[in-house]
Amino acid sequence: MVEKNMNYALKTNNVYVHYGNKMAINNVAIDFPKNEVTSLIGPSGCGKSTFLRCLNRMNDVIDSCKVEGSFIMNDSIDIYSNDMPIESLREKIGMVFQKPNPFPKSIYENVAYGPKIHGIASSQSELDELVKESLHRAGLYEEVKDRLMDVATGLSGGQQQRLCIARAIAIKPEIILMDEPCSALDPIATAKIEELINELKENYTIIIVTHSMSQASRVSSKTAFFHLGNLIEQGDTTKIFTKPDKEQTNDYITGRFG
Amino acid sequence: MTSIKKRLQAERRFKFYGQLGVFLSLLFVTLLMLKIFTTGSGAFFRTTIEADVFFDPAYMSVDQNSTKKEISRASFEALADSVVSSNFKNLDDANFIKVREMFTRRFDYQLRDHFLNNKDDFNRTITLDITASSDLDQIVKGNYPRNVPESQRKINDYQLSVLDELTDQDRIGSTFNFWFFTNGDSRDPETAGIWGAIMGSFYALMVCLAFAFPIGLFASVYLEEYTKPGRITDLIEVNINNLAAVPSIVFGLLGLGMLIGVFNMPFQVPLVGGLTLGFMTLPTIIIACRSSLRAVPPSIRHGALALGATKTQATFHHVVPLALPGTLTGTIIGMAQALGETAPLLMVGMVAFVMEIPGGPLDPATGLPSQIYLWSESAERGFIEKTSAGIMLLLLFLIVMNLTAVLIRRKVEVKW
Repeated sequence: MVEKNMNYALKTNNVYVHYGNKMAINNVAIDFPKNEVTSLIGPSGCGKSTFLRCLNRMNDVIDSCKVEGSFIMNDSIDIYSNDMPIESLREKIGMVFQKPNPFPKSIYENVAYGPKIHGIASSQSELDELVKESLHRAGLYEEVKDRLMDVATGLSGGQQQRLCIARAIAIKPEIILMDEPCSALDPIATAKIEELINELKENYTIIIVTHSMSQASRVSSKTAFFHLGNLIEQGDTTKIFTKPDKEQTNDYITGRFG
Repeated sequence: MTSIKKRLQAERRFKFYGQLGVFLSLLFVTLLMLKIFTTGSGAFFRTTIEADVFFDPAYMSVDQNSTKKEISRASFEALADSVVSSNFKNLDDANFIKVREMFTRRFDYQLRDHFLNNKDDFNRTITLDITASSDLDQIVKGNYPRNVPESQRKINDYQLSVLDELTDQDRIGSTFNFWFFTNGDSRDPETAGIWGAIMGSFYALMVCLAFAFPIGLFASVYLEEYTKPGRITDLIEVNINNLAAVPSIVFGLLGLGMLIGVFNMPFQVPLVGGLTLGFMTLPTIIIACRSSLRAVPPSIRHGALALGATKTQATFHHVVPLALPGTLTGTIIGMAQALGETAPLLMVGMVAFVMEIPGGPLDPATGLPSQIYLWSESAERGFIEKTSAGIMLLLLFLIVMNLTAVLIRRKVEVKW
C-alpha cells in the first residue's frame, strides 16, 4: 500500500459493540489519518454514532453497552487500557454533539471550563487569552466579544454549536469527534461549521458522523460507510462517491435507500 | 346518540358544578379569615388607664444615681401601690385591692421599665398610661358582657363603677400592644407575647434545615447520579415516598424514643424539635431534589464528561447548580410544613409554659403552633384573641415562605 508513510492519529481494529444481547458494531477496523477529516456515513441505526462514541469512551455511560476491540492512539497507547484514565483520554479526544449543548452559564465560562478542570492555564490572563483564542478559532469571537459574560443559551443554534466547538478545542485535543454537528442547524449555520471544519483540520484530526452525503463529500478526505453495524467500505472520499467498490455503497450514495 | 341539546346541557351543568365548588371553597376560606381577623385583631391593642405617677422617694429603694443593675433588681411594688392610692382617694382596704386588680399585675415592672429609661423623673410627678388587667381590657373591648349578674362577671360592680368614672374622665385609652411581639409567654394575657415561641420555632427550623438539607441533597445526588437503577434503588424510592406520607406524630414518637430516649438529649429544646421536624422534612427534600436532578437534561452531563470532567465534577459543577432552585423550592415548602406541625413538638415537650425568650437551640422553648395550642387551652378570655393573633402570625410566616419559594422558582428557572 502507498499509505505506509501515513501518520495515524487513531487506529481501530476488531471492534465489536453490544447493547445487551444486541450487536451494534460487528468487527469494524478503521484507521484515522492525522490532520485529516474522516466522515462516517450510513443510514440511521447503522452504528456510526455508536462507533464514534467508542472513540472517547462515551459509551461507558450506558450500562448495557459492551465494547471490545483495540483502539490505538498515536501508535502507542490503547485508550481502553488502565494506563489511560478516561478523563485524560477525553482531554485528548474532544467531542461535539448532535444538538448544541452549551452549559447554561456565560459564554466565557463555557469555554474556560475545560482548561480550568485540567489546569491548562496557569493564570487568569492566560485563561482569558485561551478563551479568546478558542473562540477565535471557532469563528465566534467577533460575534460575541462584547458579551462574553452573557448566558450562552441566548445564542442562536449555529452560534451555540460553534461555542461547543470552541469549548472542545480550548483543552487542545488531538482529535475532535463530531456527531452530526449540523443536523439541528439551518443551511447558513451549516456552511459556517463546514468552513470551520476545513480550517480546524490544519491542527486537529476530525472524525465526523453525518447524514448528509454532500456534507461528507465537501468536508472529508476519507469516508467510511456503515450498514447494520458492519463497515461496508472505506477509503478516499472521492473514490467512495465516484466509483465505490461495493454495490450497497453505490445504492446508498445514489439515494436508492437510506 | 343523545341530541346536541342534551350534550350542551350536560356541558353547562358540569361547568356550574365546578363554579359552585370554587365558590364554596372561597367562601369557607373567607369565613375562616374573617373569624380569625375579627377575633385576633384585639390582641394587637391593649387598654390603658391614665394615672399620675409620683416617683416618690418614700416608696423607692433607688434614686436617679442608681445603676441600671440596681434599678432592675429593685422592687417597685410599694410605688405601684402608692400610685393606686394617690390616684383613687379614700379607698378602704377591700376597695383598694379591687382597684389594684384593675391594673395589670406587672404594674411594678412597667414603672421600673419607665424609670430605667427616665431616671430624671425621680421625685417628680408625670402622667403615664398604665396597662389595664386583661379582664378590664376584655370588658372595654366588649368581649365580656356587662349586663349579667355580678357573680358571673370577672369584674365586679364596684370595679365597673370605677371604670365608668374613668371613662367619663377620658382616662381609659388604647395603645399598640408591643408586648405581644416582644414578650415570652405569661400567665396574664395582657403581658403574654409570642416572641419566645417565634424564636423557638426559628431555632427549630434552623436545626431542621441544617440537618435535613445537606443529607437530603447528598442522598438525592447519590441516588440519582451514582446508583444504577435496580431493585434496591426501587425499594429505597418507594420507602422515601412512603415516609413523606407518614403522619407527623409518628416522627414525633421517633424523636421522643430515639433522640430523647436513646441518645439522652434534653427535653423541650429546639435542637430536638428541629431534628424531629428534620426527619419529617427529609423525604420532602429528597423527592423535590431528585425530581429537579431528573429534569436536568443528560446533554449537560455528557457535555461536561466529554470535556474530561470526572463524574463528581460534572455533577457538582453543572447538574447540582441547575437542580438547586427546584431543591430550594421544595426545601422551603417542606420547612413551611414543618413550621406548622404541632404533633412532633408535643411529643418532644416543646409545649411547656416558657416565659424566657430562648437564646439558642439548647434553651427550653415552645414553637409557634404549640404556643397557639397552649393559649387555646387557657380559660382566660384574654387568651382567645391571643390564639387568633398567633394563628394570624403563623399564617403570615407560611405565606411569606411559600411566596419566597414561588419567587425563587420564577426567578432562577432555567429555560432550555
